[in-house]
Amino acid sequence: MLLHIDNDHNRFRQIIKGKIKENLRKYISRGEMVGRKGKDLISIPLPQIDLPRFQFGDNGRGGASQGDGEPGDPLGGDPGDGGAGEAGNQPGQHLREVELTLEELAEILGDELELPNIQPKGKKEIISKKDRYTGISRVGPESLRHFKRTFREALKRQIVSGQFTYERPHIVPIREDYRYRSWKTTKLPESNAVIIYMMDVSGSMWDEQKHIVRLETFWIDTWLHFQYKGVITRYLIHDAQAGEVDRDTFFSVRENGGTVISSAYELCAKIMQENYPAEEWNVYAFHFSDGDNWSREDNKLCAEILREKILPKVNLFGYGQVESTYGSGEFIDFLDENITGFDNLVLSYIPDKDSIYDSIKDFLGKGK
Amino acid sequence: MQTLTEKDVLSIQPEIEKIAAQYGLDYFPIIFELVDYDTMSQLAAYGGFPVRYPHWRFGMEYDQLSKGYRYGLQTIYEMVINTNPCYAYLMRSNPLVDQKLVMAHVYAHCDFFKNNYYFSHTNRKMIDEMANHAIRVRRHIDAHGLDTVESFIDTCLSIENLIDYHSPYIRRQAGKKELEEAAPRKAVKKLRSKKYMDRYINPPEFIEAQMKELEKQQVDHRALPEKPERDVLLFLMEHAPLQNWQHDILSIIREEAYYFAPQGMTKIMNEGWATYWHSTMMTEKLLHPSEVIDYAEHHSGTIANHPGRLNPYRIGFLLLKDIEERWNKGRFGKAYDECEDILAKKYWDTAAGLGRQKIFEVRKLYNDITFIDTFLTEEFCREHKLFSFAYNKSNKQYEIESREFKMIKQRLLQNLTNLGQPIISVLNANFQNRGELLLQHQFEETELDKNYAADTLKNLHAVWKRPVHIQSLLEERPVLWSFTGEEFKQTWISGN
Repeated sequence: MLLHIDNDHNRFRQIIKGKIKENLRKYISRGEMVGRKGKDLISIPLPQIDLPRFQFGDNGRGGASQGDGEPGDPLGGDPGDGGAGEAGNQPGQHLREVELTLEELAEILGDELELPNIQPKGKKEIISKKDRYTGISRVGPESLRHFKRTFREALKRQIVSGQFTYERPHIVPIREDYRYRSWKTTKLPESNAVIIYMMDVSGSMWDEQKHIVRLETFWIDTWLHFQYKGVITRYLIHDAQAGEVDRDTFFSVRENGGTVISSAYELCAKIMQENYPAEEWNVYAFHFSDGDNWSREDNKLCAEILREKILPKVNLFGYGQVESTYGSGEFIDFLDENITGFDNLVLSYIPDKDSIYDSIKDFLGKGK
Repeated sequence: MQTLTEKDVLSIQPEIEKIAAQYGLDYFPIIFELVDYDTMSQLAAYGGFPVRYPHWRFGMEYDQLSKGYRYGLQTIYEMVINTNPCYAYLMRSNPLVDQKLVMAHVYAHCDFFKNNYYFSHTNRKMIDEMANHAIRVRRHIDAHGLDTVESFIDTCLSIENLIDYHSPYIRRQAGKKELEEAAPRKAVKKLRSKKYMDRYINPPEFIEAQMKELEKQQVDHRALPEKPERDVLLFLMEHAPLQNWQHDILSIIREEAYYFAPQGMTKIMNEGWATYWHSTMMTEKLLHPSEVIDYAEHHSGTIANHPGRLNPYRIGFLLLKDIEERWNKGRFGKAYDECEDILAKKYWDTAAGLGRQKIFEVRKLYNDITFIDTFLTEEFCREHKLFSFAYNKSNKQYEIESREFKMIKQRLLQNLTNLGQPIISVLNANFQNRGELLLQHQFEETELDKNYAADTLKNLHAVWKRPVHIQSLLEERPVLWSFTGEEFKQTWISGN
């Protein structure tokens, strides 16, 4: 069958890349395809163009569904187009969803955002030894006896010695037939990475901003876990003071205090110095805030800590500034103007949910 | 597992066809083709048709489908189109048990296309028609350039959903009335009087005033359209200042929209029907004992419950099963409805045995809305744990709203009405007596998305070439959104 979809496909790719039809650019969005990882549904960042139509607003449309729960319980996930009978005009397609592994997710992300693979810093490599049961031996404990191999040996012997008959296929292994699993030690070069996330949890960071941070960290985690064997993650929050918390607290806590960003940078530098020497670790630090800092003085202090204690030692320092109604949002400009000469500092401005993938591309697109 | 050859797969078709016929399914001749995933993705992007007009959105669909397959997010098992003969595409890489199931599924879809009332007006030679559309569009591209034509198609697609989904089945107006000009000029009715009394009983000033009123009525009556017109595309074709090629493109988009519409209107029923039949045919006739586990896995995947979403395969399948059981056991009619004894109702069985007959009748006469409206019962909702959900504005999340039958049914029907899209009609083509186009959104609970509406109005303006407006409700106040040709404006309509 000969089809002509290539032309249409090329045309679509060109629109996405912004080469033709500029007027459609504003309708490009990402992330409509839904995959599953464990219990969570994840949108995959596939580009698509959404032509405008008269349609209902996002909020307020109810629907019906099936499952457990009491009235008032939140629905898992966004029902999206869900409701009943999505108004598809497609003929009878029959689709199914498949669960994704972390590796697959990372590959998709890499493909779609054209991310380069990370070159680990060529410093001291940590060699780890690992025993794997891949070999076979004639001696060993009974608990490791390889039944299949043992029977195969017995069968071979019986056929060769003419004891085997098709009518009475009895196979009895004797001592010499026994085979056991045995291990081989392999040496694996391993590069380790640590990710230090910092977030401003002052009063001006609302749920919406935190949701964006959550999605960003999800994709950053996915990518770095894909690139490194062992990844440790640390979470720091700050308002006027900084402290270390666990993952759940990181995303749920909210303080009312002011914002002193240097407190977080100070803590970050301290953790790095004590636990993660740059010779042995690939260090990634990301900081998310709405860009509203306590004072100019503190801005200067931040720049100083970054220049002297953090940037020389990390693979990457990413600062993501999330748009907020309250923040003045000048911190990103300050960093841009005052820190030069470091190509491992990435600044990214994230106005809304749709910009998340662009921002991830900013952060990870350098292959560091 | 060995790869199946075309012959292996097609050799089971006669058996399945025979069984389908024995069950009473009535289908067009079906031509199966085995395709690889790339071809399948291309076909699916084209809506199942081998030839469509050139447009990037088919490329977009292809991009998503082929990646979805490559990334293992989804698999298309089958694709069937509503034509006579009916073409169905099977994925070459699927094992034989899947092919059997899918072929049984396809026979039921085809039976549905052929017999369901809502498909009765569709063009069964649509493959040729689509190919003709492609030729026509290519000709326009040759004459006017790709960018010009493509942009106009973009514009048309933006208003593609403004059609009257029910118009093929009813007559909205009893024929065209004769033109008003042809009708004799109406005279004011006078009270009877002797001639000399006339000017007192029917004073000239009064007659004058009445006359003016009448004329005004006649002018009003000539308003365009006379009644709100739901088929906005048709209205534009008839009244917008379009060039010939633009008119042609608009008519192509509209024709295709009407062709696909019944599939949206019967999604739950059609998938439910096909699922019911593949399960019946497989378990009763087709399944080899060695295939049971693979079949069970595939079938359970098809009717799986996705949290937060209602799976049309599942709900349609379960409802049809429920109807079959109710009519088999005589659980319908006055006696059953009026019975108050819960226990008696639970074990009610008159051995009526009308189930099969009933579901065949249902597949002939119903669409999703009437299907849910007629056959969804309180017992069914309870048994299958249905609930309704709504958006809670205070904490910005969707929440379970209720498990009450009434609410569930109402929500379901709401989402099915007009294929879940806002109901919009042309109200006035001479708005403010300046040839501006006024649309009306028939408001029911949910607001329109303002940004989308603004951009859609812009596209509408590109067709109408004069300012366009739509009236709706925003924050419970009547609002008028307009695109003047330069800018988008929002005006509150003062109440009266």
